[in-house]
Amino acid sequence: MKPRASIEPVLLALALIALIVFPLLGAKFYLQLFAKIMIMAVFAMSLDLLVGYAGLVSFGHAAFYGIGAYMLWWLSPQYAAANFWLTLPAAMAAAALAALAIGLLVLRSSGVYFIMVTLAFAQMFFYFATGSKFFGGSDGVYVYVKPAAFLFDLDGAAHFYYLALAAMAGTYLLLRLLIGTLYGRALLGIKSNETRMRSLGYSTFGYKLAAFALAGSLAGLAGYLDAAQYGFVNPDLFGWRLSGLALMMVILGGMGTLYGPIIGAFVLVLLQDALSDATKHWLLPLGIFIILAVLFLPRGLSGLARRAEGPHG
Amino acid sequence: MSDSAIFFLIQILNGIQEGLLLFLVASGLTLVFGIMGVINLAHGSFYMLGAYLAFALAQLTGNFFIAILLAVPLAIVFGLLLEALLFRPLYARDHLYQVLLTYGLILALEEVRSLVFGDDVHGVAVPRFLDFSIHLKGALSYPAYRLFMSVMCLAIAGGLWLMIQKTRLGMAIRAGSANREMVQSLGIDIAWVYRAVFALGVALAAFAGMIAAPVASVFPGMGNQILIISFVVVVIGGIGSIKGAFLGSLLIGLADTFGQVFAPELAGMTVYVLMAAVLLWRPAGLFGRNAAR
Repeated sequence: MKPRASIEPVLLALALIALIVFPLLGAKFYLQLFAKIMIMAVFAMSLDLLVGYAGLVSFGHAAFYGIGAYMLWWLSPQYAAANFWLTLPAAMAAAALAALAIGLLVLRSSGVYFIMVTLAFAQMFFYFATGSKFFGGSDGVYVYVKPAAFLFDLDGAAHFYYLALAAMAGTYLLLRLLIGTLYGRALLGIKSNETRMRSLGYSTFGYKLAAFALAGSLAGLAGYLDAAQYGFVNPDLFGWRLSGLALMMVILGGMGTLYGPIIGAFVLVLLQDALSDATKHWLLPLGIFIILAVLFLPRGLSGLARRAEGPHG
Repeated sequence: MSDSAIFFLIQILNGIQEGLLLFLVASGLTLVFGIMGVINLAHGSFYMLGAYLAFALAQLTGNFFIAILLAVPLAIVFGLLLEALLFRPLYARDHLYQVLLTYGLILALEEVRSLVFGDDVHGVAVPRFLDFSIHLKGALSYPAYRLFMSVMCLAIAGGLWLMIQKTRLGMAIRAGSANREMVQSLGIDIAWVYRAVFALGVALAAFAGMIAAPVASVFPGMGNQILIISFVVVVIGGIGSIKGAFLGSLLIGLADTFGQVFAPELAGMTVYVLMAAVLLWRPAGLFGRNAAR
């Protein structure tokens, strides 16, 4: 592990520079695609905090993504721009509050129960949005005017790209710093042995609840950006398919690494994009890809790199 | 009886019928969890498989019951193949990987369904001798086929109970759900028990899909819908508990039916509210021993 720790920041800085200069060469289509990828990376990293650091395998993380997206629609005047600087924190706060409330319930369970209960709660939001006339039912709702941010223009593809990049880099930094703190160490301790942490005097429930709420608010950030990018919000944003995709990004990239989910987001969204161009039935090859990845890549792509590096990994 | 009392009775019958059907799916799910320690998201796909097999074979043979007789063994063979190819390598691995693999499996199976049958909703005819309604009072009546479904499900639930209480396999299943390692060290061939439990789960779910087909019709996404409700049942009943699955299914069936009658706009949510309440009261479910499995 030691030599890797010194390479990681260098590689990440190089990747960041590449992403910063990318709009200078990329076409508009790729800017939009990459912005989408980076939004998914924020979502996947927030899930990594739960799965990879707190040991909480949530299969309902899309609930908070959907809340972030619906909040933007709800707070937007119908034919005018919403204020970005007010609506974004509001959307994140709403997602955090929902995560707090749901966390109080779901964190009473663990293991397989936790997986099923989180999935069920996300489906509850899905059915609520589907059945509710106010939230547009299964047809969804539209955000006609993108939020206004004064300093930059979200309508411009390049500006939106940099906003998504800032969100991704900010999320990475925030979580990286958090994991280095005593709080982060305690989370890892809970993941490896909760009983031991409890007997050491930690109130593990509070630690897990805080992580659940933080992950929820970051998922809300991703959902908000998704709604801002496409202007279209529908109940599928709460759906199990999105939750599963995020989980796949975390596992494929390598959980508990933070940069792994970013890699996972790039690989899966690009794969999805290429497959859906090629065939209407693109979910079939994607499903087969996921099955094969689980069977043959037990430690994700970053585990593959580690193996290639040699036996010390 | 007054009209409203009969209306009430019809809703209760509907709720019980929905619950009993749900039990066939949820019991397999809870057995596979409890004994094999495997979380199978693709369990709902077996329900879908059953429904589509019934649809295709009923068209082919022209007889719904012959279709079922052919479809059950086909579904079991399919389940055993999946068990050997995909599930066996997962037994020793973390739940996380089981979730992912079966998630991939849902996506793949759903697309195969779309390739073979298209994305239209298909109907399956109710068998002719059951295609009538039992007259209750005034304009109120109850379809005979729904009653037939309830009776079939009850018979199967009874058979399942007998099998678990009285047979050698049932003994191994009871022992396995209490302590898997102990069963293994006592020299019971656990691989054989696993295969039998998995095949049983597939057969139950597929059969549920088959008999539901004439009432619920056959449509894309039907497997995922029932899967998630089955999860709720398992959470309410407690993992690995057949008794819990039975009671949980009936509770959910009734709650869902009455939710649709009295609060249609919030109908989709009733079952989740019920789940939240049970979680608050008993985090391990009504008959669960231990939430940390």
